[in-house]
Amino acid sequence: MISLAGRDLLHSWGKFVFTGVGLGLLIGVTLSMAGIYRGMVDDAKVLLDNSGADLWVVQQDTLGPYAESSSLYDDTWRSILGMSGVARAANVTYLTTQIRQGEHDVRAMVVGVEPGRVGEPGQPGYLAAGRQITRGHYEAVADIASKFKLGDDVQIRRSHYTVVGLTRRMVSSSGDPMVFIPLKDAQEAQFLKDNDAIAQQRRRTAENPAFNRPGTPGLLNAVIASQSANPFVNAVLVQIEPGRAPEEVAEPIRRWKRLQVYTRAQMEGILVGKLIATSAKQIGMFLVILAVVSAAIVAFIIYTLTMGKIREIAVLKLIGTRNRTIAGMIMQQAVGLGVIGFVVGKIAATFWAPIFPKYVLLEPGDAARGFAAVVVICMLASVLAIRAALKVDPAEAIGG
Amino acid sequence: MKRILSTNGRTLALIAVLVPLLVLFIYVALRSGPLAPIPVTVTTVENRAIAPALFGIGTVESRYTHKIGSTAAGRIKRVDVQVGDQVRAGQVLGEMDPVDMDQRIAAQTSALMRAEAAALAAEAQVQESSARKAYAEKQAVRYEKLLQAHAVSEEGASMKQQEHQIAEAGLAAARANLEAARQELTRIHAERAGLHQQRANLRLVAPVDGLVVAREADPGTTVVAGQTVVEIIDPASLWINVRFDQLRTSGLRAGLPVQIVLRSRAGQKLPGRVLRVEPLADVVTEENLAKVVFDMLPKPLPPLGELAEVTVALPELPPAPVLPSATVQRVDGQLGVWMIRDGAPHFAPVKLGTTDLDGRVQVLDGVEVGEQVVLYRHRAIDGGSRIKIVEHVPGVSP
Repeated sequence: MISLAGRDLLHSWGKFVFTGVGLGLLIGVTLSMAGIYRGMVDDAKVLLDNSGADLWVVQQDTLGPYAESSSLYDDTWRSILGMSGVARAANVTYLTTQIRQGEHDVRAMVVGVEPGRVGEPGQPGYLAAGRQITRGHYEAVADIASKFKLGDDVQIRRSHYTVVGLTRRMVSSSGDPMVFIPLKDAQEAQFLKDNDAIAQQRRRTAENPAFNRPGTPGLLNAVIASQSANPFVNAVLVQIEPGRAPEEVAEPIRRWKRLQVYTRAQMEGILVGKLIATSAKQIGMFLVILAVVSAAIVAFIIYTLTMGKIREIAVLKLIGTRNRTIAGMIMQQAVGLGVIGFVVGKIAATFWAPIFPKYVLLEPGDAARGFAAVVVICMLASVLAIRAALKVDPAEAIGG
Repeated sequence: MKRILSTNGRTLALIAVLVPLLVLFIYVALRSGPLAPIPVTVTTVENRAIAPALFGIGTVESRYTHKIGSTAAGRIKRVDVQVGDQVRAGQVLGEMDPVDMDQRIAAQTSALMRAEAAALAAEAQVQESSARKAYAEKQAVRYEKLLQAHAVSEEGASMKQQEHQIAEAGLAAARANLEAARQELTRIHAERAGLHQQRANLRLVAPVDGLVVAREADPGTTVVAGQTVVEIIDPASLWINVRFDQLRTSGLRAGLPVQIVLRSRAGQKLPGRVLRVEPLADVVTEENLAKVVFDMLPKPLPPLGELAEVTVALPELPPAPVLPSATVQRVDGQLGVWMIRDGAPHFAPVKLGTTDLDGRVQVLDGVEVGEQVVLYRHRAIDGGSRIKIVEHVPGVSP
């Protein structure tokens, strides 16, 4: 049996393929938009994955450390380490700041970790180049997205750091690259004001007669020293013993240490549900509109294609072709167009995804759903065209 | 016939477009996203000796700091030295206002002279009394002889006897007077000397040869007892107070060679050694403290309080299986490395030993020398991951 659809297609294959490619680019945009949405959610999730923590211990009544600021004394982790079910605990600080390197600067999330404790929570889990931090000061491990290279000298506040290692996909929930530095430096970076501010603060303190008493010469120095200390961290990351339920370990810490503890599920809820909620909804909304528009365009294209050969269809009807055959032809063409479009779209999306400044995650599941949607839309659109085609009067083939 | 050929040509053209598209699609589907193999780089377990090292930061300090000030509250009269001056031991650096001290010394001097005069008078009195006594004694002896010859009355003789005794008592009194005058003289001498001492104490004197590093009060300022006016250090006694993270201070001991990098002279490594490890650690910062000295003092001298980075080289350890610490990962609560067996990654739990500052770690247990281990990776791997061994992880410039 001769395939009517194939025959018709061969008749004007150039037009067909180019329509398919055009459609494909549109589908590619839709897939990319889905990828951008997924990438956004994934950024939030890798932040949690990379921290390697099962529990986040933060200041009471805060949503810290990512969604709100939180501060704990830096010796809190010891008492948490003593709680039942806690396998490992580590201090961590987070600070989003501009990191200067020579002329330009990069927005990054500076993470303070205990140096040299490989495999502890908070540490970069794996590297793409270089080595982990070994010295207690002035070394940094940066994410590739920051564009830093091994051996680069970067400046955070007043200190200079040497980049000794590179990571990949270690980003904050807003997609900023992470830069790991030793905890003590990070505490300083978070707290330390610029030199002018420090000088002014000293002057103010010195002018305050309560702190600068003539009879007690050492008092002023003691006050200034106490003003420039920072015994705080933002969170304590906890890994629990295998076989323990996170909530079961978290509850005693909440109750007896009077600190807020979030489990992985709660943290994901905070990040995805609160921190990136609005921007994710924004993208999601755009994705929905784009999908609807794409569907409409696909439908119109197929309808127009069919209407373009209404005279040929009339001829077919005139020579007694069955309606089923005509309907099959239209539907096969529509689905074929959809498949070409999807293939082109998937290829295009894959090739342009890495160029985006933020992460674009193209999930195979999304691709499969997209494929199903494209096929369904094409079939639905062809139904309209089929209705129009079947209604055509065979007389039009000779008349008109 | 012609019609068929043209149909075949079109079919071929369509296939020529669709087949590459399909091939590209399959390539894209398999080579990107979660299905793609993970690019990794590998390294081999080496048997080598590592030299662990400690890294700490510290500040330049002076071993001996002399804070010179007044021992009593008072006003500063003058300060003779400026910051940066070299001073010698015993040099007067400044002086406190003596208020009435000089007048009191003058009064004591006068009192001394009066006491000296009094002592002279007392001496003269002793001479006079002894002359009187000598005469009375002679008279008494003569009358005694005359009485025996019955030339004088008994009354006359006993009167002379009495006169003699009175003269004796007078001499004793004069001698006592002299002694008192001498003691008074000594007292006033001592008092005057004390005042001189106090006067000298108002001078601020350098106890050692040194360098003036601070001049904290200027003439006219009233200072309390003990408040520093001038601070002197011994420049030869500069050392660095270094803080080491307690986690990695095992093996730190006196005498170890170190390399010192001063913040103002980055890139210039100065040799030195650990002078001593402090018996007291910093409880709050959880750091151990040590003092490090320069082998040779840098010229010009670094300012006190300058930041310095200190790297202590520890003795080399005997050779053992060694891996870069970037290979180590924690999976399900266990530290381990991903070993490559038959081209697929297998997780091998390891026990780690000492690390060095270059990121190498001794593996005590879990891997054998010569085995291949995943070093860098494009993304996290698990047991089911397909991997592709590459030279550099994509995105990292060689």
